[in-house]
Amino acid sequence: MWGAWALVLALGCYHGLNPGMGWLLAVSNGMQARRAGAVFAAFAPIALGHFLAMAVVLLPFALLSFYLDRRPLISLAAGVLLLGFGVYKLLRRRHPRFLARVGPTHLLLWSFLMASAHGAGLMLLPVFLALCGPRFGAAPMMVLMRRGFGTAIAVSLVHTAAMLATGGLLAWLVYRYWGLGALRRAWFNLDLLWAACLLLSGSLALAEAL
Amino acid sequence: MFDSLRPDPSFYATPRLAMQAPAENFAYTLMLSPDGSQPDALAVVDVAPGSASHGRVVHKVVMPYRGDEFHHFGWNACSSMLSPLSGHPFTERRYLVIPGIRSSRIYIVDTKPHPTQAKIVKIIEPEELFRKTGYSRPHTTHCGPEGIYISTLGGGGVDGTDGPPGLFLMDCENFEILGRYEMDRGPQRMSYDFWWNIPQNYMVSSEWGLPPQFENGIVPEDLLANRYGHHLHFWDLRGRKHIQSIDIGANHQMALEVRPAHEPTKEYGFLGVVVDTTNLEGSIWTWYREGGQFHARKTAVIPPEPADAALLPDLLKPFGAVPPLVTDIDLSLDDRFLYVACWGTGELRQYDVSDPMAPRLAGSVHVGGIARRTPHPSGKSFAGGPQMLEISRDGKRVYFTNSLYSTWDTQFYGAALPGAQVMARVDEAGGFALDKDFFVGFDEGYSAHQIRLEGGDCSTDSYCFPSV
Repeated sequence: MWGAWALVLALGCYHGLNPGMGWLLAVSNGMQARRAGAVFAAFAPIALGHFLAMAVVLLPFALLSFYLDRRPLISLAAGVLLLGFGVYKLLRRRHPRFLARVGPTHLLLWSFLMASAHGAGLMLLPVFLALCGPRFGAAPMMVLMRRGFGTAIAVSLVHTAAMLATGGLLAWLVYRYWGLGALRRAWFNLDLLWAACLLLSGSLALAEAL
Repeated sequence: MFDSLRPDPSFYATPRLAMQAPAENFAYTLMLSPDGSQPDALAVVDVAPGSASHGRVVHKVVMPYRGDEFHHFGWNACSSMLSPLSGHPFTERRYLVIPGIRSSRIYIVDTKPHPTQAKIVKIIEPEELFRKTGYSRPHTTHCGPEGIYISTLGGGGVDGTDGPPGLFLMDCENFEILGRYEMDRGPQRMSYDFWWNIPQNYMVSSEWGLPPQFENGIVPEDLLANRYGHHLHFWDLRGRKHIQSIDIGANHQMALEVRPAHEPTKEYGFLGVVVDTTNLEGSIWTWYREGGQFHARKTAVIPPEPADAALLPDLLKPFGAVPPLVTDIDLSLDDRFLYVACWGTGELRQYDVSDPMAPRLAGSVHVGGIARRTPHPSGKSFAGGPQMLEISRDGKRVYFTNSLYSTWDTQFYGAALPGAQVMARVDEAGGFALDKDFFVGFDEGYSAHQIRLEGGDCSTDSYCFPSV
């Protein structure tokens, strides 16, 4: 149980480290406006967009949580979904071109689309399902759904908070101390690792199902 | 198959980082056969200081077709790949995209593993461009948020006047033509150069003329009737929509090169105008955004030079003067010096544009020219005049070639121009002078046009972060 929450936090930190999830944009915002406040101001829409991208994936599965006896089937579906998406990202490691059409004034939309297009919400699905499992005994349907919803929101919030803390710290370090020359040294290609995480996450869901 | 794990080392977050990076060792220069009797080629010129072959062509990529007429070209990827919104920094700056403006054919040349081993890896036939975009005569190439953007000079049909010309998009990894750029082109009906400011999300484009107005030479009646382009167009870059046009006045004929300030916080840029039909002046314009609107103002003029009619081509005899013919401009990465090619009078001017609204003439070199015919300091004759410019990223060297466009070369200079590439060295304090030891000649029967420098130059990369 605590292990699952730790995993939610860890995934949040991991997303926070990825420049594609927003910290680099926050740095750019701060430099463009020439004030530190703009770095953090950018994180409000970025974090909200990220939170929504998590919730939009987790909530439909929360709805299903009253099908207690079908839990293995739900895990199976989640696992297949993740493995499929992971393989897709592995084979087609290119950024979706439509994202290039979102302008710099639509940070919330950008963050939501960016996280969704990379399957950031999907990655959380197995750990979310694991959290729903043991805690929920037999209870009336409405209670189960409420617990499911509550867990989905809590997972999204905790995850986003970790993402915000990590990304915010990194943005500040680059903006204030390291400078953009650090990009050359510190910007690693995470695409392969990202796809690997999706696959790993999918495998966990499958293992739970079988 | 695996991308590199680090960003391409030739991508720079800011203009200042690009200036501080190692200097270029190679220049890529387009060679064209003005009469189409030989295939066009890409020349690789050694520009590494101290190299035994410094200032010489060390490799050539000869095309398999004739009659392409090479003009402008560009890289598949540049510093715009570091954009925090749409970047993909693990794509390599590796391929040169070379369009033929007469044939509408596009070549993709791979410059790795080494510039001296550059080779063609893909050829896009004209029919594919026509079918997918309805455009013809591809020209300026830039790399940006959605991949490679290429402007065209012609629309559909044999003479390129069936529908307006515009921009199209190409994938920067597999070089598939993706389709037209414009979602809404507004009143734009002519096209030439374009560039943008990526963080400020605007694009600017300019106008030369339609294909019948240039392919067989300049049409004097059209020029005197002010029928060449004289508009600047501003676009919502990512929305792909036209937002504003500025008419700079019909007498200001041929609004060609656009050079936005490199520093992404600055919302201004420069435009070079070939000729004012009321007085033969060339002019520099500064555009800027204020209160959400774009404005443009004429900020420098270059007067024509009186000359003996005997020295002039038929086209200019009635005027008894040589117009400067501002055919290319280029801005140093620190946004300090604007170089202005006066192809008619044979002069390259250096303006200090620290105050963009008041350019100050800081230096000048003379070489070639319709009437002056100034020889190069090496003693060699320099046909034509300073034309296509390229400034090194550190701002210390300005390279240039001498040909404008095959049919126009003959009209203004009486004959095809043997290609030459020379270089001027810039003084820190301003002012510059030609390097008498640098004079690149090309094969017999070839003219030379645009130059690109290894690792980027001053008219390739767009920067997404301010230098501060």
